[in-house]
Amino acid sequence: MDTILPDTGTDSWELAGRRFTSRLIVGTGKYKSLEETAAAIEASGAEIVTVAVRRVNLSDPAAPMLQDFVDPRRYTYLPNTAGCHTARDAVRTLRLAREAGGWNLVKLEVLGPPPYLYPDMPATLEAAEALIADGFEVMVYCADDPVAAKRLEAMGCVAIMPLGAPIGSGLGLQNPAMISILKAQAGVPVLVDAGVGTASDACIAMEIGCDAVLLNSAIAHAGDPVRMARAMRAAVEAGRLAYLAGRMPRKMGADPSSPLAGLIR
Amino acid sequence: MPTIELTLNGEPRAVADPTSLAALLAALALDARKIAVERNEEIVPRSQYDRTLLRQGDKLEIVHFIGGG
Repeated sequence: MDTILPDTGTDSWELAGRRFTSRLIVGTGKYKSLEETAAAIEASGAEIVTVAVRRVNLSDPAAPMLQDFVDPRRYTYLPNTAGCHTARDAVRTLRLAREAGGWNLVKLEVLGPPPYLYPDMPATLEAAEALIADGFEVMVYCADDPVAAKRLEAMGCVAIMPLGAPIGSGLGLQNPAMISILKAQAGVPVLVDAGVGTASDACIAMEIGCDAVLLNSAIAHAGDPVRMARAMRAAVEAGRLAYLAGRMPRKMGADPSSPLAGLIR
Repeated sequence: MPTIELTLNGEPRAVADPTSLAALLAALALDARKIAVERNEEIVPRSQYDRTLLRQGDKLEIVHFIGGG
């Protein structure tokens, strides 16, 4: 599909030594079908997709698998640790993911209890240390805590991924100032992961200078996921262009756009 | 025919003795390229499936990628 937006030129970003053009990472969960998953991901233009690791359903081994619809040769699979509550579980899960797919690049998320599933930062720090020691390149879901974020970066995490709002809440960025602080102090990519509800939320994340946005529910739970995937793609590109262009200064008074000179009398 | 008892993805299962991991996966009709296997909490590299003989009491986890965020 042709993009309707101006070309962003050579704009690209580097993650753990790999270079990507799309600044939108999408999840593969919560879709009605694998066909819909594939169509939405295609429309999003994403180059990286998050995936979960789970037991094979042995009662139906012929059931279609994600790889049959979302080709791992085309998309960089980013296995997550969803459902893991300890460093041990996270390491075990991602070792299996590495064997299944051969990747070192992973998304670490260690969550607190429902209903907020807020990042459990002590457990996240412990798991990050164990994974890095095991050779993984860790993109880490985290709180918008500048001290914890800096510590994760110092440990060797390859991307810092603060939440904009609780996972799957669709509340939009509740913390743009904190995310700006995380970005300002970071030497690795900063991504908003979780909380995006609609296109403007993704656009704001990019306008404030984030390197990329990671989302799932905002597309999967939209009325028309494929159309929302296109909207997210356009929003991320628009926000990135606006960030690169540099916004005008805010002021508290009006400044007419039409010249006052030459008015008829 | 002698059998051994395994725990396979949390469920008990009996297989003939001897059975290799590769033979078990074939019997389960699983495509080895799309899965990963852990035996007693240790990863079994794909290159070892043929020569990995299952033992009484083995706990196997067979996983794959599914949709997730």
